[in-house]
Amino acid sequence: MSTQPFTYELSRGFLPGHRACAGCGQASAVRVVMEVVGPQCIVANATGCLEVFSTPHPESAWGVPWVHSLFENQAAVASGIEAALRKQGKLDQIRVLAFGGDGGTIDIGFGALSGMLERGHDVLYICWDNEAYMNTGVQRSGATPFAASTTTSPAGRASFGEDRPKKDLPAIAAAHGIPYVAVASMSYFADLRRKVKRALDIRGAKYLQVHVPCPPGWGYDEKDSMEVGRLAVECGLYPLVEWENGEVVRVRKIKKIPVEDYLKVQRRFRHLMRGEAGKAKIAEIQAVADANIKKYGLVD
Amino acid sequence: MRKMIEGSRAVAEAVALCRPDVISAYPITPQTHIVEELSQIVADGELDAEYVLVESEHSAASVCLGAVAAGSRAYSATTSQGMLLMVEVLYNIAGMRLPMVITGVNRAISAPLNIWNDQQDTMAVRDTGWLQLYAEDNQECLDMHLQAYKISEDDRVLLPVMVCMDGFILTHTYESVDMPTQEQVDAFLPRYNPLYKLDPADPYTLGGYIGPEKYHEVRYTIHRDCLAAKEVVKEVARDFRAAFGRWAGDVIEAYQCDDAEVVFVAMGSVVGTLKEWVDRRRAAGEKVGVVKLRCYRPFPAEELVAALSRARRVIVLEKAVSMGGYGIVAAELRAALHGQANVPVTCAVAGLGGRDVTMGTVDEMYDRARAGEADFFADLRAEVLQES
Repeated sequence: MSTQPFTYELSRGFLPGHRACAGCGQASAVRVVMEVVGPQCIVANATGCLEVFSTPHPESAWGVPWVHSLFENQAAVASGIEAALRKQGKLDQIRVLAFGGDGGTIDIGFGALSGMLERGHDVLYICWDNEAYMNTGVQRSGATPFAASTTTSPAGRASFGEDRPKKDLPAIAAAHGIPYVAVASMSYFADLRRKVKRALDIRGAKYLQVHVPCPPGWGYDEKDSMEVGRLAVECGLYPLVEWENGEVVRVRKIKKIPVEDYLKVQRRFRHLMRGEAGKAKIAEIQAVADANIKKYGLVD
Repeated sequence: MRKMIEGSRAVAEAVALCRPDVISAYPITPQTHIVEELSQIVADGELDAEYVLVESEHSAASVCLGAVAAGSRAYSATTSQGMLLMVEVLYNIAGMRLPMVITGVNRAISAPLNIWNDQQDTMAVRDTGWLQLYAEDNQECLDMHLQAYKISEDDRVLLPVMVCMDGFILTHTYESVDMPTQEQVDAFLPRYNPLYKLDPADPYTLGGYIGPEKYHEVRYTIHRDCLAAKEVVKEVARDFRAAFGRWAGDVIEAYQCDDAEVVFVAMGSVVGTLKEWVDRRRAAGEKVGVVKLRCYRPFPAEELVAALSRARRVIVLEKAVSMGGYGIVAAELRAALHGQANVPVTCAVAGLGGRDVTMGTVDEMYDRARAGEADFFADLRAEVLQES
């Protein structure tokens, strides 16, 4: 085994030593994205896990200029940064990014995001989707999938957990007619890299949603994040789709495994693994995956 | 150059003379004429600025926050509900020490819905860390905008400034104003040159979180620097006189106060009414005066004590109220006078939701205060109370 020290360049943007949980899907995805983006960027970050684990004063994991303002305004802050750079004549050299979790994007920051997309700012918005408010202790968000148990949509004797389907923000973003929308997963690094590159090649507003498994929030072993993320994609529950100017242009084909293979490895779906009622719910979730497979042609 | 223009137009032209790089606002009555005029000025190519049309006031303030963080000069204007929607961002802008200017057009707050003037909106954001200047007339309002950027961007301050102007009473009134030239303003207000900004060549992390070990001190420094900004407000007032040849005021203005036994204290356009009332009473031989509170944040406690300590009674005319508490300026003034001078302070709330403050209203306040009343709403109408 080599004992040569592993060195990072400052230009990588997102540096080691931050305080993310072991196995954090978001931290891995951010590192991959920042490697592609490079040093010539400014990041506007929402309140959330990423902000908290990367910037406890006086530490910062950011090698690029980075600003956190509030929970719901990162899209508007990024719009302001973009406007300032445009006025300064620097927009050709500096890329503007906005980061938010699923709560900060799909729920509380939805209005500001829609405004940014509709105005067509030259900003790449990335939603790190771990499907609940993980920073505050796994409360349900609009991105929480059907039948998942969270601390505010708990499974109980009279409930099977979240009773509403996951909000389809990529489709809503695409409906703005912006030049590029994509869904990616932390478990497919090459695909994620390609999508970030593609987004950066296009001027205008871009929306990228990245599925980022969360060991404590979803309830699985820290070493399994890559695998759990893969299962989500391969069963059809998290279709990796790209839109350009509102039209679907590419999808990643899947193996089509049963959704149960994905559900059974996570504590948030454990309550579905017993009894006839659980089976019925799993069948409903399978129907969601099947509808995705049909809608996007995920299987040849 | 003197010209007869609407208050909103005067503000829009003054703001344009300050050359903001980024403007972002959301339309709300009675702020609309300001943002419409600025839109036209940009559309006509008279001002080279990015005008970002947003979906809410929360985003308008956030766009400005991002623009200033990236090293540009920013401007916004709002009022009433828009001001309340911005509150979270206002705290954030001040907390991050980002200098900018907002025109806070003064309007009542819902419920009930009411678009007319009072000062409940800007008083609700008095604790945010923003400096607040209140204008009596349109010339003062115009001048305050020029001063505001210079105060805000001063390295000793680095706090945002809100210029407060009474909705309709000032925004929609035509007055003769002296509009400075671009050359004069350029000489007075240099380009914004931030100490820190978001720049890949020198990357900073802005707005990280801070635990109990340091947060307390960070908030203290905002308070300390806001208080100390009072001297910068005065200094900029002197600079302004040197640059434009007229005195536009600093933290307070005392009118007929030298021998006054009863002195009113007020902010905004109602000061003009009070000056008229003072002139009439003086003509009848009564020793009355008025203090205009021009800079409310930072609160000029020493200056107020000096101006009021010889009076027998002070009456604060408040266009806002702390529900369940009473007058806000009166409470702060009583605290400032405590141990300094034994002057009773009466709080008279008046003019909410656009109710006219007439000479009769001022007479009522004067009579009730001299009869010893401490806190009251002036011009309360019995027939309306019965109805509700």
